[in-house]
Amino acid sequence: MMDHLRRLLAVALFAGILAGAVASLGHQWNTVPTILVAETYEHQDSAAPGQADHAAEAHEHGAEAWAPEDGLERTLYTVLADMLTGIAYALLLGAAMSLRGAVADWRQGLLWGLAGFAVFTLAPSIGLPPKLPGTPVAELADRQVWWVATALLTAGGLALIAFTRRLPWAVLAVIVIALPHLWGAPAAPAEASAVPDALTQRFIAGVTAVSLLFWATLGLATGWLQARLSHASHG
Amino acid sequence: MQIPATSASIHQAAASSTGRVLASVLALAFGTLLLWGVGFAHNDLLHNAAHDTRHSNGFPCH
Repeated sequence: MMDHLRRLLAVALFAGILAGAVASLGHQWNTVPTILVAETYEHQDSAAPGQADHAAEAHEHGAEAWAPEDGLERTLYTVLADMLTGIAYALLLGAAMSLRGAVADWRQGLLWGLAGFAVFTLAPSIGLPPKLPGTPVAELADRQVWWVATALLTAGGLALIAFTRRLPWAVLAVIVIALPHLWGAPAAPAEASAVPDALTQRFIAGVTAVSLLFWATLGLATGWLQARLSHASHG
Repeated sequence: MQIPATSASIHQAAASSTGRVLASVLALAFGTLLLWGVGFAHNDLLHNAAHDTRHSNGFPCH
């Protein structure tokens, strides 16, 4: 058991840091510049007298607490958080692959990675598309509950499709995947956004593309490393 | 000698499978905890440090 755990942790550390590095490059190049532009709109909006902007207000509640300085410090914290996200998702992916018990290779790993992309990016963003600072949003806790529930249901549905062979299970799987979207995500208040729609569209495309690269890297690396290590330990 | 050897190897395989499942569940728990800290915790310090990562990963944020 310690042997398994040690191998899982080692694979997750390597694959997570590698995929986290890919995400960091994509974020610094594409999504973070868009966030910085959005913040200029957000601050303009909250500076305007008599305009009580809900989103800006919600953002300001953190203003009392420490935050990294704009520039190098902020970039380093984002890179660190990207790496930790990579390791976290690598642990989940590696554990799921190992629970399934199949001997992995890079190609199997890639398919698992694409499933992760569907579970953690595509499905939640149908109801809760990636948001820029300064756009109106529903209550945070409500959105988090819907996000997590959608990811879990999508994962369960995909697992049913991939790992069972009977028609009723496949039908149930499709219903389970559709369910959170029929239920509906928490709705944002009907307020004007401080940020232009075109900027938000650009941001959503960037987040989705970088996430695809992240998950493909994570899956490839996890499958490849698991195969290498299991060959090494079995001689 | 054949039967004990076989049952021993079955026993070993079962133990190895239990170990694999236990290790996987532990890794799932670590991963969930880490993901919660980076992407979901309401703590202001964690939120501010991971702000751009949370937005860029599509995690629900302010």
